[in-house]
Amino acid sequence: MSAALAYYPGCSQTASAREYDLSTRACCQTLGVELNDVPDWTCCGSTPAHATDHALAAALAARNLAQAMDTGASNLATPCPSCLLALRTAQSRCENEGFKGRVEVLLGRPATLSIRTRSILQVLMEDLGLEALAEKAVRPLKGLRVASYYGCLMTRPVGLMAFEDPDNPTAMDRLFLALGAEAAPFALKTECCGAALGVPRKEAVLELSGRILAAAEESGANVLAVACPLCQMNLDLRREQIEGYTGQRSTLPVLYFTQLLGLALGLPEEALGLGLHNVGTRPVLDILRRTWASEDVG
Amino acid sequence: MRIGVFVCHCGTNIAGTVDCAAVAAAAQQFPEVVLAVDTPYACSEPGQRAIIEAIEQKGLNGVVVASCTPRMHEATFRRTVERAGLNRYMFEMANIREHVSWVGRDKKLNTFKATDLVRIAVEKLRYNRPLTAKSFAVNKRVLVIGAGVAGIQAALDCADGGLETIVVERTSTVGGKMAKLDKTFPTVDCSVCVLGPKMVDLAQHRKIKLYAMSEIADLSGYVGNFEVSIRRKATYVDWNKCTGCGLCADKCPSRKAPDHFNELVGRTTAISIPFPQAIPKKASIDASSCLHFLKDRCGVCAKVCPVEAIDFEQQDEVVKESVGAVVVATGFDLLDIRRFGQYGGGRFPDVVTSLQYERMLSASGPTGGHLKCPSDGREPKSVVFISCVGSRDRSMDRAICSGFCCMYTAKQAILTKSHVPDCETHVFYMDIRAPGKGYDEFIRRAQEEYRTNYVRGRVSSVYPKNGRLAVRGADTLLGTQTEVMADLVVLAVGAGAAEGSRDLAEKLRISYDAYGFFMESHPKLKPVETNTAGVFLAGACQGPKDIPASVAMGSAAAGKVMALFSKERLESDPQVAQVNAVRCVGCLKCLRTCPFGAIQEVQARDGSTKAQVIESVCQGCGVCTVTCTDRAIELQHFTDNQLLAEVNYLCRSWMEKSPA
Amino acid sequence: MPVMELSASQDRAFFEAVCAKSGQDLLRCYQCGNCTAGCPMQPYYDLAAHQVMRLVQTGQRKAALTCSSLWLCAGCGQCSARCPNQLDVALILETLRHMARRAGYNPQPRVAQFSRAFLKSVHSHGRVFELGLLLRYKLASGRLLDDADLAPRLLKVGKLHLTPTSTPGQAEVAAIFRRYEQGAGS
Repeated sequence: MSAALAYYPGCSQTASAREYDLSTRACCQTLGVELNDVPDWTCCGSTPAHATDHALAAALAARNLAQAMDTGASNLATPCPSCLLALRTAQSRCENEGFKGRVEVLLGRPATLSIRTRSILQVLMEDLGLEALAEKAVRPLKGLRVASYYGCLMTRPVGLMAFEDPDNPTAMDRLFLALGAEAAPFALKTECCGAALGVPRKEAVLELSGRILAAAEESGANVLAVACPLCQMNLDLRREQIEGYTGQRSTLPVLYFTQLLGLALGLPEEALGLGLHNVGTRPVLDILRRTWASEDVG
Repeated sequence: MRIGVFVCHCGTNIAGTVDCAAVAAAAQQFPEVVLAVDTPYACSEPGQRAIIEAIEQKGLNGVVVASCTPRMHEATFRRTVERAGLNRYMFEMANIREHVSWVGRDKKLNTFKATDLVRIAVEKLRYNRPLTAKSFAVNKRVLVIGAGVAGIQAALDCADGGLETIVVERTSTVGGKMAKLDKTFPTVDCSVCVLGPKMVDLAQHRKIKLYAMSEIADLSGYVGNFEVSIRRKATYVDWNKCTGCGLCADKCPSRKAPDHFNELVGRTTAISIPFPQAIPKKASIDASSCLHFLKDRCGVCAKVCPVEAIDFEQQDEVVKESVGAVVVATGFDLLDIRRFGQYGGGRFPDVVTSLQYERMLSASGPTGGHLKCPSDGREPKSVVFISCVGSRDRSMDRAICSGFCCMYTAKQAILTKSHVPDCETHVFYMDIRAPGKGYDEFIRRAQEEYRTNYVRGRVSSVYPKNGRLAVRGADTLLGTQTEVMADLVVLAVGAGAAEGSRDLAEKLRISYDAYGFFMESHPKLKPVETNTAGVFLAGACQGPKDIPASVAMGSAAAGKVMALFSKERLESDPQVAQVNAVRCVGCLKCLRTCPFGAIQEVQARDGSTKAQVIESVCQGCGVCTVTCTDRAIELQHFTDNQLLAEVNYLCRSWMEKSPA
Repeated sequence: MPVMELSASQDRAFFEAVCAKSGQDLLRCYQCGNCTAGCPMQPYYDLAAHQVMRLVQTGQRKAALTCSSLWLCAGCGQCSARCPNQLDVALILETLRHMARRAGYNPQPRVAQFSRAFLKSVHSHGRVFELGLLLRYKLASGRLLDDADLAPRLLKVGKLHLTPTSTPGQAEVAAIFRRYEQGAGS
């Protein structure tokens, strides 16, 4: 299979998005994609560092790229689009020698950042491809109607992320179609959920996430797939807050795409962290069990 | 030789950064120069008179003018020296404006360079010889490419002026974009009612020969004597027999063919006549949808045709015509709606282009003039128009304003109200561009009389919501975000060059701009000419234009053709290649490299092979002269001796002195 | 609104500084409003994005640097993706935020407090320690009960660690912060 990847989990994946990390590792193992954790990785700096100072942000991100490159890896993947943006921004800004010099002063070592950085979704789509993924799927996702929510940062900034049509990305939709599910015509694929403003400006996040949830419900989806831990937290963990704010009840489960992929690959639900959700994932499992029972698989 | 040098100030254009008197003083010392003076405006009446007087009084037989680019005034000064009895090729021009004063600020360096350029011109002039133009007959037939309103106008004016006119139209009917419009601004009169009579005139004019469903395969020759190959595309119907009765289309079982005339709104039959007023009113078969071609069965049309016009074996055919001038009127095309993903272009059926909307409004359109949403046929109660879609947008490499969208959007908003009086209309705009006669008043009518809600701001996205479309934009005047629900969204998609325009430009050897629009010869003074003599432009192929401007340009192009044809003979340019038969070894490399086919193989008296230039075809490009290893072929007025004289001086001078 | 005395109040140096720091030519902005049209946080802004662009164009330094919108931008990048003049509007807002912070303007203290708490957490542990971050923010902002409903849910499924994970890289990260605070690399 493909060569080993340096794997940068990102802080959220050790705590509030544990199931993203679990399911990513489980899927990659089954698919033969070897993940080697970036040794002794630290926070990428995320939005707060960026909002404070570009050199500080780049230094925090660059440390991890340097750690990965020390292992000799030429490819790095992270599940989190926000981490990916921080890593890529550091890479792109350090193309300016003056800026790179500043970063190196903060970092205390050379900032050689030539490693190729991608999201887990991108790696799976590009290195394995839909056909290979579908071939490995032992249990179809038939019966699921998936609204794929990409969030802001999978496709934007357009030049930096260079992934899919920024107005209508289809990678996850195509993945789920290949795995036997239906793709719901979800209108707000790349609208913002409010991101990290949930803490300081909660009402904004409840409004925006509420809008996304309503659009997903309108699309007739029975599951909402995401690829970003912050999106998942806003849509899943804050569900009762959203319901309180909008007055609309919704039991739509919000799963990471890796969890749905893992189900298709035949992985057990515990291995995918399906019990770690605020909004119960049982309805998804019920639909699939019915499918699998009737088709005598799984 | 007795050479006179005239150094022009061009007001302060040159004199501001070049010491013209010093240049003249230096020139006085150049070989064979008997007079060198500076002059405020060499091209002015007194300036030219001074040159003539100098020629007469000082007995000059060669003149150098150091002034602007030859593109501006070479012809002027050639006429000046001719008036004083000199051959016009005993004149040289040194460009000390575009090449010196406008590009350099240092007066000392500029003066140095200007002096060198004058010296180079003098050196060349010493080797100049009088050349005499030959004349040739003009073929007074004209080719018009494209039969939209600009091409129709140009063709009718030429034909009314007595010229035999060939019209080539790519589609199966004349009329172009105007034939697809429902109404026209600012009068709101029926478009095809205005255009129809002109289309009929075109078809019936005894001086006009129309090739529909045809394209230019090739064009060769030169002004006055072009040879054009026209590819007549197979229609699988013998148009000599077809009466346009339409029985074939009525009976055709393949009803899913893309309806290009209706801008793909709705479907048509595999054999069809595009619209009731089509000219010529002949049927043609779309082979990509026809069951006979796809599955080798059916043939219903052949069975029902009362005149046996169906011919499945028909092939493309190339015909040749000879003409003396060409009018290009190939119009424009809208940008592909699928490029606008943020508006759901190509994804949401109820998001349409402005031209699709015209067809939806038209009584002869696919809905019979009843306004219906393409998705489910319901009558829209809210229509949102988005302006500047792909115009004034650098992120799409489309910095240009398409010019006519503001006006047709107002018209469409007005028509929407007359079709569905209780329908809301909203227009998102950035600026309103309405400079024509009665145009701004029309925009006001749309707002005041027809209650169109104009919102100043761009639209970010269109997305489905509760079975309708939500349009999210900004109202920059209020400083807010605006969201409005729509049943139908009309995109005023920007105008781009017509499909295939770059290929055509290469065939015609004319230039095009970054957007593919054809380049006029001069933006102000030669708006219908191109840089290829005898090829003229009309209408939106030169840049987006509304109907009156297109019609005016069609007439202007016809006027240019008639002026050209008012002479019985044209003078050929003597600056052409010439073969020195003694040196020529007959390798014919020149024949193979000449891009114009201007060299032919001939037998010398001793039976050896020689190259010979066809002077009337040669364009004087000089490619042959660099190809010839024996220096047997030379371009007149740019001979090796003339060019070497320039180079020799320049190299020696630089070895001897340096400015800094 | 008072009369804007353009000749008196136009700070060209400020305009040039924003262009230089962001690498964006703000004269390209023709006020189409597409940044505002797509902005998810627009309803919470005091000034719309295109108005901020206009303030910079007209050199209105104080008005631009004191506006709350700079701090409420979620960084989604929609404005930059939509700008027909290829301006990175989000980067311009971020540049203004940096300038505002240096100038001591802080109209949205909670956002800044959250940012500080986040970086403090990274500084102390090398990675974000979510519980520590939240507690620190709550103490700084005085909003003790915000999101209190989320904690038990997170704890229940083992997502909120009560103690930070120790990371050897913490020392290196702390060194980066130390050098930054000492003014290195600027």
